[in-house]
Amino acid sequence: MTDLTSLTLAEARKGLADKTFTSLELTDAHLSAIEKARVLNAFVMETPDRAREMAKAVDEKIARGEGGPLAGIPLGIKDLFATKGVRTTACSKILGNFVPTYESTVTSQLWRDGAVMLGKLNNDEFAMGSANETSCFGPVGNPWRREGSNTTLVPGGSSGGSASAVAALLCMGATATDTGGSIRQPAAFTATVGIKPTYGRCSRWGIVAFASSLDQAGPIARTTRDAAMLLRSMAGHDPKDTTSVDIPVPDYEAAIGQSVKGKRIGIPKEYRLDGMPAEIEKLWSEGAEWLKAAGAELVEVSLPHTKYALPAYYIVAPAEASSNLARYDGVRYGLRESAKNIIELYENTRAEGFGAEVRRRVMIGTYVLSAGYYDAYYLRAQKVRTLIKKDFEDCFARGVDAILTPATPSAAFGIGEKGGADPVEMYLNDIFTVTVNMAGLPGIAVPAGKDAQGLPLGLQLIGRPFDEETLFSLGEVIEQAAGRFTPARWW
Amino acid sequence: MSTATHKLLKGSTGDWEMVIGMEVHAQVTSNSKLFSGASTTFGGDPNTHVSLVDAAMPGMLPVINEECVRQAVRTGLGLNAKINLRSVFDRKNYFYPDSPQGYQISQYKSPIVGEGEVVLELDGGKTATIGIERLHLEQDAGKLLHDQSPSMSFVDLNRCGVALMEIVSKPDIRDAEQAKAYVTKLRSILRYLGTCDGDMEKGSLRADVNVSVRKPGGPLGTRCEIKNMNSITFIGQAIEFEARRQIEILEDGGQIEQETRLYDPNKGETRSMRSKEEAHDYRYFPDPDLLPLEFSQGFVDALKAELPELPDQKKTRFVADLGLSAYDASVLVAERESAVFYETVLDKLANRARDGKMAANWVINELFGRLNKEGRDITDSPVSAEQLAAIIDLIGEGTISGKIAKDLFEIVWQEGGDPRALVESRGMKQVTDLSAIEKVVDDIIAANPDKAAQVKDKPQSLGWFVGQVMKASGGKANPQSVNDLLKSKLGL
Repeated sequence: MTDLTSLTLAEARKGLADKTFTSLELTDAHLSAIEKARVLNAFVMETPDRAREMAKAVDEKIARGEGGPLAGIPLGIKDLFATKGVRTTACSKILGNFVPTYESTVTSQLWRDGAVMLGKLNNDEFAMGSANETSCFGPVGNPWRREGSNTTLVPGGSSGGSASAVAALLCMGATATDTGGSIRQPAAFTATVGIKPTYGRCSRWGIVAFASSLDQAGPIARTTRDAAMLLRSMAGHDPKDTTSVDIPVPDYEAAIGQSVKGKRIGIPKEYRLDGMPAEIEKLWSEGAEWLKAAGAELVEVSLPHTKYALPAYYIVAPAEASSNLARYDGVRYGLRESAKNIIELYENTRAEGFGAEVRRRVMIGTYVLSAGYYDAYYLRAQKVRTLIKKDFEDCFARGVDAILTPATPSAAFGIGEKGGADPVEMYLNDIFTVTVNMAGLPGIAVPAGKDAQGLPLGLQLIGRPFDEETLFSLGEVIEQAAGRFTPARWW
Repeated sequence: MSTATHKLLKGSTGDWEMVIGMEVHAQVTSNSKLFSGASTTFGGDPNTHVSLVDAAMPGMLPVINEECVRQAVRTGLGLNAKINLRSVFDRKNYFYPDSPQGYQISQYKSPIVGEGEVVLELDGGKTATIGIERLHLEQDAGKLLHDQSPSMSFVDLNRCGVALMEIVSKPDIRDAEQAKAYVTKLRSILRYLGTCDGDMEKGSLRADVNVSVRKPGGPLGTRCEIKNMNSITFIGQAIEFEARRQIEILEDGGQIEQETRLYDPNKGETRSMRSKEEAHDYRYFPDPDLLPLEFSQGFVDALKAELPELPDQKKTRFVADLGLSAYDASVLVAERESAVFYETVLDKLANRARDGKMAANWVINELFGRLNKEGRDITDSPVSAEQLAAIIDLIGEGTISGKIAKDLFEIVWQEGGDPRALVESRGMKQVTDLSAIEKVVDDIIAANPDKAAQVKDKPQSLGWFVGQVMKASGGKANPQSVNDLLKSKLGL
């Protein structure tokens, strides 16, 4: 039998349906791959017993012809998603050994459709980071290395565990979340496909909150088709999240292979940064050409407020985070440090429980919401946000169907290489992705090529609200043109 | 705005006027909490009415309870206030163990209800109109228990997340009496609407009172806020104390520090809780978990159409339709249960046009008097509305006299039973048969020749004869008939 882990999700679906192999066999193959790949530190909690149980149960269902759309497919779950009976920590010490009594809406829909959980995936603490270096469980290794180098690179963040595990064939797909680029940037760093759907497309219920108005769940997978299959199960209205939107979920997979003839692709001039590596510039032009060759029309567009997006994002996101993280106080669950009184309890618990980056953002957020600073920071950032949204609206109103940009300003870098002295250096990773969150739009990152050192690079497509389908169609064109990228196994 | 003269306080430098504004927190009557499905039932074992949302578990999200929205709109309509079709929930951030989220969801800049007014009836038929600034919805906090362990405090989250309406008045209140009347009236309106049970002992209604003093008509002084008052009597006492405290400071050349104070009912004084400098910076911002709250004018109109009659309307109707005095009408409508009782009596009366006013007197004087004496509540009255209506029917139709009716009332109070049947079985019927009364009158005149002779010079002694006849008839004689007969027999 060929290595089951190298199948795409769509191929595995066929194999399971044809009874070429069982979900238990598929699951075991992945469990053994996970075991051998512990050096990557992609999983923070392996759940082999539960995985085998779920696989057996779903095999019986498949035998009865009752398997759902994802029947028997083994997945990894970002540790930000609450999983009933399985430790959920957001990779923060402050949650300690917290075991939820509830299952997030998104994951419960995956289990409803027959998927199998392999375990919980590493991420930046509370999803705050762009390199998966802030996790209390330590950094995640990228399966990709520079040619001729043994340096371990970061997989990006915050969904670093998800991207690394999918790229290293440890799971067929993974859940992820994206607040400022946390799905798309790690996907680009690992040659995987990651889509952040429109804000409101997936329920946030049961996902540990970072910045409520920006957070959105989405999948990371190895192909656009696999991502489309996963998103269909993850998406949908949830009465428990009033910001989720009550519109039907289309069959995203049907968009794969759809003609893109006549689609107008915007190329935003503001994304052409000074000092951008030539290979990124080249990749971008190449991607545009591929779409043009497939019948799409290229148009130069302007998104004039782009340069304000990153600073505004680093006000809005920490502001919401400072409030969202107030519940981690040592009173009801998670870590509690000893103290003489309640103020000390808060101070000791939060000082000990939160890592440096989380503390930094809580402090920034508290500052920008404070009396006397609110108008100058938070309110102004919200105004900028409205302008950024309007930039996109104007663009779409002129008949643009999607916007093509690079996904990241660089390829993956080494662990500890960036942001040590200046956190802004790390924040700049999100320069092409935060605008999408600020505007609540869908964005997909697809692998498009490699840099001179053999590291993968991705392109980003940004779509109209709730038009993920166009992104899948266009993404697949790039995917077909660029080919698949698989890292050489070194672990 | 006040059309009433209000009380001024005398100081060594002359008169001082009080300026008072109130923030009343009223617990919304609803089955479940403002943003979760947990029960709002009072008195459960600690932490038995707590949902994952109330406990602020990771990843939990609030979902607005539409019934609480309806209750807030009903209340706004009852306060003749502007209903805002779009309002926004904000987070009020602060750390305290009774607030698991680390913030309270409230409405800061855009409340659900805007300006309205409450009309107060004061002594001497005066009225005062108190402006309502706003009403907003917010979450209640949990309760800390400090007496369970020597080294630790415990928290009960049953109450956490229960919906509160914060009703903010304008600083239109001018003395303690008005303040008490305002809370009383507000409570009455809420209870009529069924939007808050108004139970101050259980904390369903509590008030923060802002007090400042100034020379009459002068510029506003610095105010102090007295927090968490849950008794109307104490509100009056606290205001009096606080105003005098401020006057003393000002007259001694001092300045009022803006601060939050607590009232100690045992010592009858307010004391400082925290100064302005210690006030929290709540870092309000719109709650990103909740969309702005929006509804249509049609939604408001539908609620308006189903609004019950409120005390002011009821009072007007009692005066206009039944000829009650304004005072009697306001006594009857002050508590919803009293009004309901009175209206049930009216419904049962054989002739409400004739006896409606008498029914009001009976409810106010006999029934309330007796209930007060025994410390009982109207909902717990031994004499039912039906029974009282029957007694009044018997008086109205002339079957019994008012005096006998009081005896009958006492029997019904003690023993229960059908008043009409009791009158029959105990022979309490009024005697209107003139021949029967005439015999008694003749006998009494014959037995008292001296008095009969004197009565022409002393007509007021006729009363003595009336009394004798009534006594001899066991109170059953019709007093008017007795009077007429005596006058003719005695030649008056």
